Amino acid sequence: MIANELQPDKWVELHADYLFNYAIGKVSDVEIAKDLVQETFIAGLNSAKNFKGDAAERTWLIAILKRKVIDHYRKINSKKGKAEVRIQYSDQTDAEGEWLEERVADPFVKGGDQEIENEELGLAIQNCIDKLPKKQSRVFTMKTIQGMSTEDICKELGINPSNLWVMIHRARTSLMGCLNQSWF
Amino acid sequence: MKISCEQAAEICNKSQYREASLMEIIKLKYHIFICKTCKLFTTKNTKLTKLCNESKLQILSEEEKAKMKAELEKSNN
Repeated sequence: MIANELQPDKWVELHADYLFNYAIGKVSDVEIAKDLVQETFIAGLNSAKNFKGDAAERTWLIAILKRKVIDHYRKINSKKGKAEVRIQYSDQTDAEGEWLEERVADPFVKGGDQEIENEELGLAIQNCIDKLPKKQSRVFTMKTIQGMSTEDICKELGINPSNLWVMIHRARTSLMGCLNQSWF
Repeated sequence: MKISCEQAAEICNKSQYREASLMEIIKLKYHIFICKTCKLFTTKNTKLTKLCNESKLQILSEEEKAKMKAELEKSNN
């Protein structure tokens, strides 16, 4: 097995979309997410010499991105002077005690879980898309994620519709296999 | 009325993007009525579409990626 190596010149191509979606899941803002990804790449470059090759490149970048997300929340918290978190437990002043348990979400109410599941699903799909041959992933993404028309894609990539549908077919078949175990 | 499994798969893929004609869809429906393999493929393919829609994936445009790359190269030097 080959030891893990960093290839910074391929980072954007290989990992940008995955990191981007990860960041969106954490900060829910496209612009901030984009900035965090950029900062992650630069920080990764600066500390590339600390990379020991124990982890895959992507895992290592995600670890950096996690720090960036935390830093981001720290920054906005101190800006607002809200380092201290106050929780209003109850509107009723005569409520007995201040029980945090009262504020715990009802585990039987759907909603929160659903969102986390969607976030994981998105990353799982992105992971599988990144494993496709480059042209297939490009065509699939343009068609499925960006929702572009067949005509526009053919024009942009200089292919004909039957090429496009062959690539879509291969991409979709691979994705079904890749996602199979946990999602189907 | 009869179509091959390859044709059925192509119609099925097109219909995932609402690009199959009504006639094609009728042919596909007839085909999966008699072909178990294509029936399974259609079910899975439709599920994949559902998963992709639910995931709310977003991607960076080629332009944004180029900008990122340039920024990265700048700090590398």
